[in-house]
Amino acid sequence: MQMREVYAEALGELMERDERVVLLDADLGKASGTLGLRKRFPERIFDCGVAEQNMASIAAGLASYGFKPWIESFTPFASRRICDQIAISICYAGMNVKIMGSDPGITAELNGGTHMSMEDIGVLRSIPGIVIFEPVDAAQLRAAMPVLDAWEGPVYLRLARGEQPTVFPEDYKFDLFRADILREGSDLSIFVSGIQTRDCLDAAAELKKDGISCEVVNVHTIKPIDRETVIASARKTGTVLTVENHNVIGGLHSAVLEALALERIPVRAVGVEDRFGEVGKLPYLREAMGLTKEHIIAAAKEAVRTK
Amino acid sequence: MDQNLKSVARDIRCDVIHAIGHLGVGHIGGCLSVVELLTVLYFEAMRIDPKNPKLEGRDRFICSKGHAGPAVYATLANRGYFEKDMLLTLNQGGTNLPSHCDMNRTPGVDMTTGSLGQGFSCAVGAALGSKLAKDGATVYTLIGDGESQEGQIWEAAMFAAAKGLDNLIGFTDYNKLQIDGTVAEVNDVAPLNEKWAAFGWNVLEAADGNDIAQVSDAVRRAKANRGSGKPTMVILHTKKGCGMKWAEDLGPANHNVKVPADVAEAAICALREEAL
Repeated sequence: MQMREVYAEALGELMERDERVVLLDADLGKASGTLGLRKRFPERIFDCGVAEQNMASIAAGLASYGFKPWIESFTPFASRRICDQIAISICYAGMNVKIMGSDPGITAELNGGTHMSMEDIGVLRSIPGIVIFEPVDAAQLRAAMPVLDAWEGPVYLRLARGEQPTVFPEDYKFDLFRADILREGSDLSIFVSGIQTRDCLDAAAELKKDGISCEVVNVHTIKPIDRETVIASARKTGTVLTVENHNVIGGLHSAVLEALALERIPVRAVGVEDRFGEVGKLPYLREAMGLTKEHIIAAAKEAVRTK
Repeated sequence: MDQNLKSVARDIRCDVIHAIGHLGVGHIGGCLSVVELLTVLYFEAMRIDPKNPKLEGRDRFICSKGHAGPAVYATLANRGYFEKDMLLTLNQGGTNLPSHCDMNRTPGVDMTTGSLGQGFSCAVGAALGSKLAKDGATVYTLIGDGESQEGQIWEAAMFAAAKGLDNLIGFTDYNKLQIDGTVAEVNDVAPLNEKWAAFGWNVLEAADGNDIAQVSDAVRRAKANRGSGKPTMVILHTKKGCGMKWAEDLGPANHNVKVPADVAEAAICALREEAL
């Protein structure tokens, strides 16, 4: 099942349950998978047209009225384009608005560099009060949606819209503020969010054959990062690799570095090396940006070798 | 009532000058130009309860030109939302009266504003919220003429008309001055009435936006537009720094400016004498 279908289905359930939940989009209802909801909730879904800034501040106005708005667009337009509206209308004002950005990083594929947000987490992470969450698979997203709804404050949901490989079981117990240790290990900690989580598990299985024991931790919530789990794992293994579909500046790598600043533990990165995206299909982009399973394995070996 | 409102407006104006003079600096011009509007809204037009600032179904006022905060605070204090003593805490560290409006700090402030253009969209969101809640409230919002250079204003204008938000009444403080010069010199917004009409709004004008009777009449006519299926914009032709000759004479320099305490006190004396 596509992630956007899971998102739309869960949002529909929230809207069914609570009349205060409303949805706004900026001419991307179709891409977000929520077009079908408009027939069910015609009075509570608003298409703002191609005007994301207005959408963000309208949502804040609705929140000031006691509604629980969700807004949605592609990640670059749900972050850098409306950064000031998120900062002031939503976060500074303390408004309970959920922001869904779809197609993060290389998953923008054929839309190319203009639509390929390598910086959205970095743009938003320094705004006080926002929670940044990036789901891995359908089970995690399904478990998360009611939790995001219950959290009374701004959340950025970074959503790869397509189908994602399964990582979590259907009965998965989700905690928004607790990272998930997917595999225990002793030689290296791999901290990962989003679409590369399955790759990290596969890489860990292969590395095991070479005698390298990897601990794989899914840091689904990049802000506030689960410092306790990150620090404990890093202390246990003594060396760290971060893996993300984002610029290595400003995203998960930076968040992990901040958490480990006093720990004297080396932290390596597999991520986008401070460059813009470009057009292409996922296999090409993974290779071009250095985000493949092989890149993860090579970086892991290097991390353990130089420990 | 008109005489009474004039006297209230004078008190508010004196309190604004006193608070900014006490601090020594502030957005005096853009505060004084909107005193009559705030007086009419809070003392005549709006359904509100100062003892219950969060009253459900209340009318709301969103000051999108957030730098007019000190004028809003003086109005709220005069209306009984909080003690007037609090006005002298303006912009002091730890105050509940910051330079720009903050709904989480000041009783009676309906939305946090300050980044220009955004409050107007928030007001559109509140008007939409009122329609959804079916509470019959009116949402009032104030933008600056310089603020009208923000693209977000026109995004919101288009949306409000498209959604038929006839419970939304906007005001433009058309004092024709902004920080770097006259609005006409910097990036002319004229003709404003044609622009708003073209965006699908009812448009009203007050030739003297610092005349209580004209403002009151405009607000009354704007309220009568409910049912028209269109939001209403009232263009208020105002004077930046109105009622404080020293500020009026500064021209475009009259934005965020140092205001010596003796100048402020002299202006207050002049206003008090005028009343005698």
